[in-house]
This record gives sequence, C-alpha cells and structure tokens, in this order.
Amino acid sequence: SVFLLILSNVSSNYLLFSHDLVGSNCAAVLGLCGLLNSSTCSDLFLLSTRNDDLKEMLESNKDSLKLDAMKRIIALIAKGKNASELFPAVVKNVASKNIELKKLVYVYLVRYAEEQQDLALLSISTFQRALKDPNQLIRASALRVLSSIRVPIIVPIMMLAIKEAASDMSPYVRKTSAHAIQKLYSLDPDQKEHLIEVIDKLLKDKSTLVAGSVVMAFEEVCPDRIDLIHKNYRKLCNLLVDVEEWGQVVIITMLTRYARTQFTSPWKEDGLFDENSETAFYESDEKKTKNGDEKKSYMMDPDHRLLLRNTKPLLQSRNTAVVVSVAQLYWHLAPKHEVGVITKSLVRLLRSHREVQYVVLQNIATMSIQRKGMFEPYMKSFYVRSTDATHIKSLKLEILTSLANEANISTILREFQTYVKSQDKQFAAGTIQAIGRCATNISEVTDTCLQGLVLLLSNRDETVVAESVVVIKKLLQTQPTQHSDIIKHMAKLFDNIAVPMARASILWLMGEYCERVPQIAPDVLRKMAKSFTSEEDIVKLQTVNLAAKLYLTNSKQTKLLTQYILNLGKYDQNYDIRDRTRFIRQLIVPNEKSGALGKYARRILLAPKPAPVLESTYKDRDRYQLGTLSHTINTKASGYLELSDWPAVAPDQSVRNVEVIEPTGKSKLSKSSDDKFYSDSGEEKEKGSGSSSSDDSSSSSSSSSEESSSEAESDEEKSSSQSSEESDKSSSLSEKSSSESDSEQKKTTKKPPQKKTVKPTTKDSACPLVCGPGERLHGFVSKQVPVSLSLYSLCILTPCPLSCAAALLQVSGPAFVPEKRHDLLHRMTGKGLSAQYQFPRQPCLYQPTMVSVQISLTNTTDHPLEQIHIGDRGPTGLDMHCFNTVECLLPEASVTVSLGVDFNDSTQAANFQLCTKEDQFSVSIQPAVGELFLPATMTEQDFRKEQGKLLGMNESSATITMAAENTTRQPISRQVATVANLGVVPSGQDNIHRFAGKTASSGAVVLVTVELRESSAALITINTEKSVMGPMLLRDLKRALARA
Amino acid sequence: MIHSLFLVNSSGDIFLEKHWKSVVSRSVCDYFFEAQERASEPENVPPVIPTPHHYLISVLRHRIYFVAVIQSEVPPLFVIEFLHRVVDTFQDYFGVCTEAAIKDNVVVVYELLEEMLDNGFPLATESNILKELIKPPTILRTVVNTITGSTNVGEQLPTGQLSVVPWRRTGVKYTNNEAYFDVVEEIDAIIDKSGSTITAEIQGVIDACVKLTGMPDLTLSFMNPRLLDDVSFHPCVRFKRWEAERILSFIPPDGNFRLLSYHVSCQNLVAIPVYVKHNITFREGSSQGRFELTLGPKQTMGKGLEAVLISSQLPRGVLNTNLNPSQGTYNFDPVTKLLSWDVGKINPQKLPSLKGSMSLQAGASKPDENPTINIQFKIQQSALSGLKVNRLDMYGEKYKPFKGIKYMTKAGKFQTKGLLRGRAWDLKN
Repeated sequence: SVFLLILSNVSSNYLLFSHDLVGSNCAAVLGLCGLLNSSTCSDLFLLSTRNDDLKEMLESNKDSLKLDAMKRIIALIAKGKNASELFPAVVKNVASKNIELKKLVYVYLVRYAEEQQDLALLSISTFQRALKDPNQLIRASALRVLSSIRVPIIVPIMMLAIKEAASDMSPYVRKTSAHAIQKLYSLDPDQKEHLIEVIDKLLKDKSTLVAGSVVMAFEEVCPDRIDLIHKNYRKLCNLLVDVEEWGQVVIITMLTRYARTQFTSPWKEDGLFDENSETAFYESDEKKTKNGDEKKSYMMDPDHRLLLRNTKPLLQSRNTAVVVSVAQLYWHLAPKHEVGVITKSLVRLLRSHREVQYVVLQNIATMSIQRKGMFEPYMKSFYVRSTDATHIKSLKLEILTSLANEANISTILREFQTYVKSQDKQFAAGTIQAIGRCATNISEVTDTCLQGLVLLLSNRDETVVAESVVVIKKLLQTQPTQHSDIIKHMAKLFDNIAVPMARASILWLMGEYCERVPQIAPDVLRKMAKSFTSEEDIVKLQTVNLAAKLYLTNSKQTKLLTQYILNLGKYDQNYDIRDRTRFIRQLIVPNEKSGALGKYARRILLAPKPAPVLESTYKDRDRYQLGTLSHTINTKASGYLELSDWPAVAPDQSVRNVEVIEPTGKSKLSKSSDDKFYSDSGEEKEKGSGSSSSDDSSSSSSSSSEESSSEAESDEEKSSSQSSEESDKSSSLSEKSSSESDSEQKKTTKKPPQKKTVKPTTKDSACPLVCGPGERLHGFVSKQVPVSLSLYSLCILTPCPLSCAAALLQVSGPAFVPEKRHDLLHRMTGKGLSAQYQFPRQPCLYQPTMVSVQISLTNTTDHPLEQIHIGDRGPTGLDMHCFNTVECLLPEASVTVSLGVDFNDSTQAANFQLCTKEDQFSVSIQPAVGELFLPATMTEQDFRKEQGKLLGMNESSATITMAAENTTRQPISRQVATVANLGVVPSGQDNIHRFAGKTASSGAVVLVTVELRESSAALITINTEKSVMGPMLLRDLKRALARA
Repeated sequence: MIHSLFLVNSSGDIFLEKHWKSVVSRSVCDYFFEAQERASEPENVPPVIPTPHHYLISVLRHRIYFVAVIQSEVPPLFVIEFLHRVVDTFQDYFGVCTEAAIKDNVVVVYELLEEMLDNGFPLATESNILKELIKPPTILRTVVNTITGSTNVGEQLPTGQLSVVPWRRTGVKYTNNEAYFDVVEEIDAIIDKSGSTITAEIQGVIDACVKLTGMPDLTLSFMNPRLLDDVSFHPCVRFKRWEAERILSFIPPDGNFRLLSYHVSCQNLVAIPVYVKHNITFREGSSQGRFELTLGPKQTMGKGLEAVLISSQLPRGVLNTNLNPSQGTYNFDPVTKLLSWDVGKINPQKLPSLKGSMSLQAGASKPDENPTINIQFKIQQSALSGLKVNRLDMYGEKYKPFKGIKYMTKAGKFQTKGLLRGRAWDLKN
C-alpha cells in the first residue's frame, strides 16, 4: 500500500504539470490515482481543467475510466460543488452494464435532472426498459430513479410505472412503488386521486415489507382518508411486530390517530376498567354472556384492545423511536391504569445518546405533570450529573420539580442544594427557579425554601443571587405579611447586586410593601436618584414606580426625590421611560389638568396584586401528540396532524370487519353468474361428497366459495355479525396459540385472495376450471413474458392489461389416494359407534383452504343411533366445516360423511366431539404432513424457477440410501405420492424426479426433488417457505424411500 | 421525511452534503452555526432547531455534527435514531468515523446514504443487507477491482431484504464455527461524601460475536433471569419465548451485534465495588490547600479492580497542584483545571493514595463546593449484578460450535460528590 500511495502522489504531480495533455496513458494513470484517493486528487485541479478531463474520461470506452470519472464527480457533488455542466456526458452512461457506474450515474441524475430537464428526458427510455428487467433489484432501482427525477413532463410515465410496480410480484418493488407515490405527489399534487387508488391497493398488501412504506405514503398524500384504513386495521395490527422498525414508527403514529377517531374514550369511569383488563379480554366471549345486561359499563372495543396488545412487545425494541411511539400510543389511547407499563422503557432510554435523552426527557416532562405517580419511583434516574449537557440538566430539573410532593420534597430539596453550587451557573439559576416552584406548590416547605433562598443571597456568584432575588420576590407576593425582615435584608444587599432583573425586583418589592419598611424605602429611592442615569431601562422603570408609590404613601419625605426622578425620566433616551414618567406625573401630581383619575391614583398603583403562578412550561404541552416534532418545539410544525378528541359515540365497528369478498370490480362479474352457481353448489352439497373428477371438484370448490360471497352480499347484516364473531374467535385464538406469528396472521391470510380470478373463468364452462384455484399462487409465479410494451415508448401511455398472467401452477388431481384408514373412534369407547377417517385427497368443497376428510361411521350396536353430529370443537379452534347431522344410523349400517378442516398448514390435531343423541366422544384427527398439500402440475422450467426462489432457509435436504426396489421412476413416484399429496413434474433427466404441490391453507409452494446418485444413494431436497413443514415432510419421505 | 443531510466538523465547515429530495441550500446551516456559537460546549447545541422554513435535527458523534434538514412533521427520535444508525454504519465500514475517513471514502459514503434512504424514508439500515449491496472497502479489494474491473456494488437484491430474518444473509460459511458472548455491565452511581449511595443502578449489555455456518438457531438461558428488570432486544430475539420461558431464542445475525441490553433495577441493592475517601480543604485567606485521596476495593467478590482512573474538575481558583501518588501517574492541567490520576490495578494490601498540596490564586475566595470525583474501573470475569448464563444450545445445524462467555463490569457514570454538607438547609421531615 505504501507503494501505491507513492504512485498516486507521483502520478498526481505529473498530471499537475501536464494537465493540458490528454492522452489515454495520462487518463489511465489518473484513473488509478482517482480510485485510490479521489478526493485529494481532485482537489489538485482547477475546475475547468478537471471538467475537461472528466468529460474525456466519460466519453472513453473503458468502464474503469468512466467509473473513476463518476467517482470524482460524486466527490464534487458531496462537497456541494456544481458539476451540472457534465450532464450530457454523464447521462450517456445511464445504460451502462457496469452496475456501480450505473448507480453513480443515477445519483448524479437525481441531483441534476431538475436543472437539466430536456437532457434528463434522454434517460427515461432506459428506465422504462429496466422496469421490465427480470432482476427485481434493477426494476426497483429504475423505479426509484425514475420517480426521483423531478421533471413534470414525465408525470404520466411515473404514474403508469407506479401503477404497474404496485402489482409487481416482488414485495421489494412494491415497496419502492409506495415510496414513489410520495415523490409523484410532491411533484404533481393533481395526481392525488389516482395515487389514492394505488395507496388503497397497496394497503391491502400483506407483505410486511410494504406496510410501513405505504402507510407513510398514506400519511403524506391522504391522511384524512381514514376510511381506507378500516379494512386493513386488523391486518396492520397483526403485522406490526414483523414490520421493519421504521415502518413500525409510522404505522403506530397513524394508528394512534385512527384509534382516536374510532373508539370511545377509555378514561371516563376509571373504576370500572379492572373488569376489562387483559385477562378479562381473553374470556371476552364468556364475559359478554354474563354481563350482557350491564350495558352501562365501559367495554373496550376488541380492536382497541388488539392495538394495545400488539404494540406492547415493541416497548422492548432496540430502536428508541419505536419505543417512544408505543409510549405515546399508550399515553393517548390506553386506560389510565395501563399507561404505567411504558415508564420503565422510557427510563431505559435515558441511557441512550444525548439527543435521544433530550427528546425522551421532554416527553417525560409533559407526562410527569399530569401523572406524577408514573415516574416517581424512578425519581433518582432524573438526578443531574455534572457531565450532562445544559439542556438535559434543565429538563431533568423540570421533571424533578413536577415529581415533588410532600413525601419526597426533602430529598429533592437536598438534591437541589447541591445543584445550586454547580459551576454551571445557568443551571444553578434554573435550580433556584425550580426551588421557587416547589415552594409555591407545596405549602409545607415554603418557609424552608424562602429561608434557604435568603441564604443564597449572600452567595458569591451574581447570577445565583440575582435569580434568588427574582424568585424570592415571587414567593413573597404569595404571603407578604410575615416577611418584612427579608425585604430589609434584600435592601441591604441592594448595593452589591448588579444584575438588572434582580435590582428591578428589589425595587418593585420596596414599592409594593413600602408601608412595611417605612424607614428603608425612601433611603433606597435616594440612592436610586443618584444612580438613575446609569441604570438599565428595566431598573429605571421600577425606580419610577417606586417613586410614585412612595409619593402616595409618604409624600412628606419623598416629594422632592420623586420630582427629581420624574424630571430625569422626562428626558430619558428611551421612549418607554419618557411615556411612563409622563403618565405617572399626570396620575400622582395634582394639577388642574388631571381629571378624575388623580383621585384613584392610590387605588391604581397600590391595588393588591395576585401572586404569580409558577408553573411549568410543559404544562398543556400534550395538546400536541407526544413524540412529535411539534411537541418538541412546542409550536405546530408544518404537516402536523391533529389528534382528534374521542368520539362520544363509537362509529360503526363493523367497518373493520374483513368481509370475504373484496369490493373490486371483479365482484360485479360474479354477481351476474350468481344464480347458476348458487343452485350448483346446492346440489353439490346434497350429494355430500367430493366427486373424483378434478374438473368437477374444483368447480364446486369455487362455487361454494362463490356461495359464501354471495351470501355476504345479499345479507349484509348477517354476514357482518357472523364475521365479527369469527374475528372475535380468531383473535382470542391467536392469543392462545403458540409463538408462531403466522398463526396469528391466520385471520388475515385466510382472507380473500382466492376470490380474485375464479369467477371470470367459471362463467365459461368450456374453459378448464382447474386453473381457478391455482390462480391464487400467481404471487409466487413470475410473469414469464413482459407482454405489455406500453412503457417502451414515450407516446403510448395507456397500460396494456396484464392479460396473460397465465396460471403456470395448476392444481391437478391426486396421483394416488391412499386407502389407509385411521381410527377415529373405536367401537368400544364409542359405545358401539365406530368411526374411521381417511384423506380422500380431494380439494375441499367448503373452502379451498380446508383439507377434506372422509369419515365412515358404523353402527355396531343393535339399536339405531340418532343424531350423529359434531359438537364442541375444543379450544384449538381450527376452522372446520362439519357434516350435516346424520339423523339416524341403523344397526350394522355405515355411512360416509365428509368434513373440511383448515389445519392452517400445521400438523396440529383437530380435536372435536362426536356426538350422538345420548353421548359425546372426544376424538381427534391427526393429519400426516403430506396430507396438507394439494398436488400441482407445472413444467420443469417453472419448477426450477420456483426452486430458485426458495433457497436458503427455505430449503431442507438429506442424503439417504434408497431401498433397492425404489430406484426406478414408478416406485419412487408411488412412494412419494403415498407420503404426500403431490403432483409429478415431468422431468427430462432419468435420475431426477420432481414433485410439486402447494399447501392447502396458505397456498405456499412445496417442491420435492429426488435425485438418484450412484450406488443407490439419493438426495432429497424440499423447497418450501413453510419452514416447519419442510423438515417434517423430509423426515416422512426419508422413512418411505430409505431401505427398511 | 429527511430532506437533506449536512456533515459539519468541529470548526464549522460543511464537508459533505446529500439531498434526497430537491436541493436545500447549505445556507440553512447558518441557523445551526448560530446555535453552535451560543452553546458553551459542543454538547450543548440543542438537537432540534426550528428555522423559518425547515427544522434542523442534529446529532454529535466523533466531533462531527450530522445535521438533518426536515421540512414537515416527523417524530424527532425517528431522525435522531436514524442518524445514529448512519454513524454506526460508517464506523462499521471504515473502522472509524472521522472526517478524514469520510472524505477518503466519499463515494462509498454516498452509495451508502443512497441505499439507506429513499425519498427521505429509511430503506435499508440493516448492516448485513448493506454489506451485500455495497461491499466495505479494503485495500485488497480496491486493487483487485482495478485489475478485474469488478465493482463494489452488488447486483442482486440481498437475500435478507425479503426474508423473514432480514438480519442474516444466507450461505454463510466458516471453517471454525464460534459464538462468543460478552456480558458487560456498567454501574452508574452517585456516592455522597460520607460514602452512602445516593443512587446506583446497573445497566448491562450482551454483545455477541457469532460466526456460525448456515442458519443456526440459538437459545441462551440464564441461571437467574429474574434479575433482568427491563430489557431491549435485537430484533432477532423471539419475544414470546422470552415472555413465556425467559429464554433468549434467536437466529443470530452474522458477525458482531448487540443481542440484549438490560437494566437491573435500583430497588435491588447494588453492591458498590469501590470506595473513595477524600479530604480537600481550602482555608480562607491562605494560598495553600490540602488534598488527600485514598481509595480501596469493597464487595468485589474476590475479583481485582483494574484500569482504575480518577478524574476531577478542581475549582477555578486552583493554580497548581503538588501531589504524590503512591502508585500510578497523575496529571493536572492548569488550564482546564482537570486532575486525572491513572491508578492502574488496586492491590488490596496496599491501598493507593494521592496526597499533597494545592496552590491557590492569591486573594481568590474559597470555593464553595468540593469537587466531584469521577471514577472509572474495570472488574474482569464478574458481572456485578450476579447475572449468569446457564447454557447456550444450537439447533438447526449439525456441527459443534465453539462457545465462549465472558463477563466484565465497568464503571459507567460513577461519581463521588464532595459536598459541604454542613450548611444544608434545615429541612423539616
């Protein structure tokens, strides 16, 4: 490295002397030196020469030279120097293959495009092409730059690009489009309506990556469109923990505002809240039935509770902004008795950086005024350290003062005494103010404080004395009668005090209480008459005041003095003093001109004055939402959004219910075909079991979902109540279920995706229906060909519909249906009723996310069994579709019924009770992991593509020794199909066997590869994003394929 | 959100600027310079400064002000936290975060800032994601790039960006698999002159250095988790598991990271490991003052005190000192009046002391406060709170990692107040 350093020095010197020589050698050396030490190197050149060099380098055909030139240009920009004249040379490189060069060009473009609009347009087509790139990073960065170029003429192109990116399959690109929304909005606010549409669309996005950014866009573009949030409220609450930390802050702040408009105040009757605490919520269903009639008491909206519950863990975040945003949420939304949970976390933040402390202390200062109790146990955390910065010190004083009460005042005062002696005099002065506040607030210590402050009057430091005088003045006003000796003492000190404010305060005190110190006051006035001309204005004003008051009470002694002072004041340089003098003279010196007012002079000047109220500057600061910039600076910052008051009556709660159907244009299509499907599904239902043909079953599955959607439409009231019940259930469920966050999101994941595209295809009976349910997976399948070329040219600005997002992944019929039956209920335990279940591997009729289970019931008794049905489903709460009650089962007869269970992609057993008229039996269905899939067909190419996306954590593999009989295609396929309900993917190679499927509940892709190696070894690879199912399936497959 | 960023050095020069939206003139920083002039110390510049059209939010680290320009409402902590994250990233990339380092790597700095914010909103702040996008500069890589023409910029979206564990990249490989955890506790205390504790609290962190292949899933359990009063976690820690079982379960990031920081409440009695006896007297009228200081260990659980350093700000009236340390070296700066004594290790048999006289300014009045004494020290192999790691297990990978746990206690803000208590106010209580 030493060598290189020398080289760079030498080369730069060489260049210094030969800067007008432009040759390729020179440029190459320059490139090297620029790379090594670009900033120092570039400093050596004069601007014009350098630009010539740079231009030359940019126009060369070597990437490395271009890159060096760009690096030096960036260094210029960083220093704030103007490099705009290079724009034409730079913009040519926008399509460079070298990714670093390209990025630097992007940086340059964004910086100067606004200034060079015409030239900037040259680059647009490059970005449009990049928007179609298969690499998501390139798509995203193209959109980033395109939207950052602040050139109004490309607004329509940006709009189109945003819309397209909003439905990109990569969440990262969708996130970028959310950012682009804000950029476009600031460029052209007229696009608001269109942008709101995109925001609405992105708000429905389920990716945690997108959530924060889109809420940010929402806040910027249309913060008043609270109606867009309703449907996404629960989803946002549930996703919150997994969103990246910056997004969390934005979402929490927005939800705070939202909640204040949607829920009723939890603060009204504090006594009743205990009923509604955490534990009560878990059993809210029971509570409701018990307390059904006590409607008067406050019941927290479950959604309100959901928000509080889901934000609480974030108090443990390492990001201080997240902690404070949760704290403010609790402060503004939680019942008073629950706010305490935030205390500890806020105190913890005081260990963080100075700037963090500053903001946190400000928030604590505001809180501690209203709620002393919250921070009192942590009082010692607010003790001032000598190393604290001044603004931190004064905030801590502020808080300590707010926390003071009868019990702790002695401790606090003792602490304050040490502060007064601090070498930081500004802080000492602040402490004296604080003592004054404590003295007025807590009457028990007023005298002690006053005595202490009097002691400070003999302090050597002027600022301390002056501040003490000012504070004593305020304190004396509250109880003037007993303290004439203090006033005397202060009069004695008067000569030694130089601080104007303090002198003025003493003079005011003299005048106000001149009757209590009749000897001293005239003497002070005499002294002031001598020094009047050299005093500060504020002191002069008080001298005039004192003279006037003395004139009224003791004119004998002071008449001449007063006139003298008034004469001095008459010719003072300051007009305020001249004015005051004139006014006082008219008021107190009787003459012909002075009218009726003179009579009242005494009452005017010596009126009893109310004592000043010493209060914190943080009082009422919580009119601003805590944690905001406005709160910090105590004025309304631009763009601040007010927190509304709680509504008196809660708005309709059902707006947050997530209905099964999406209010999009597609639902209209389905309406037209409603009737037909309704009857269809009815027939299917009566038949009661899935038929074997795959066509049929998928049509029925789609139509059954159709049915539920049409129900939702036709009977609004019913559906909303139903779904609210559902959501209650599932929210309590998610509480109980284990830590896996995806189970928490169950409610949201099972929502409408499957609805999207089924209907248009089902309408045409000739169209293969199989692709219907498969559509759900389109999020995982890449659009193969970028058909829409609209963005290629500037002139065509209408979007092509993405018509051929073909379903590459189709659900196929099962390759194999295992005959194996599992015992559900043995006839001995079932008192003669025996039940067995098996997995028919048919897509479930009732709901596509369910796995269908066939149960055969047999009556082994000698009397008929009546009313066989499913009873209580137990606490696991898996979603189930029960079979219709079997009214009567004759002796020795058996019946097969089918059941749908949403196992939620886990092998958790479904527990329920099988009931007859007389008895109830607890039974459970334990699915093997392989039964939770639906087989899928895809091409080998698609398989590879999918596999490429599911590497790393999503991949599990193992090498096994295959059983001898399992080395050819058929046995392997059969074995795999026995274990798992997967479809065979045609394979070009003989030694590689591929199987594909998707999970029933969430539709995640499951890919299995069995690769035969030499000597009967085989590598099994499983790719799925379901990280739990992967290894389980692997285990089962190993068992099946390995040698016994 | 964040409109622009200016980097200002201690002499008040703007040496770097970056804009994420339209350009804001650097003259906006004049308001900042005004505030800087008003402040007596660099630390006293207020973090939030309103100006007529913008708001300036700044942090000071390594004697560089990072000044962010804001145009509309945003939580100030959001910006502050982000700026600190920027500094941490620079430190991570360049080893130090100095003006020179930033100037030398200005292109990387620019690329980083470009990736970290999009339109003023944080985009990628996780160190491992950034490192995949922009590789940290090393001399070797610079040379290689010059020759091969490859770049420091990644072409693929970092795997972390989309995964459920954004803090860890895939395909990590090590030949030696090791995981080290340092439990470091800091004790903050204010002790009054008589030796009684006014306030004391323990703050701890667990810093980890994990170099493990693949996707390991670690669990760390404590012997006495109840000690931890308040905790904050790295996002990798599974909160529910902690809530339920008091076990830290996590897929670790690759490399160095802070797993946990915690607080041991002051309600638990904190054992103070050191005591200081000091006697500083000034006589009225005399130009001499006495200075005596002894310190010794107390309640250290048999572990020695190391790296002991005493510092004190003597009153302004002190001209010079003439002191004798029984061990170590002492230093008095007559300009700043800062006395520092590097004691080193304390031998319990022979307690270190510092004695001697001070010369005072003639005619200066007697200082009314005895100086505060700040103490720094370290205790190896011991966590003062008694926190003990029980075990560390790894799941998800087959190999056996090497595991190590180290404990250390440090003094945080540890001061002994030298107050003249004699004139305390007569308090009724």
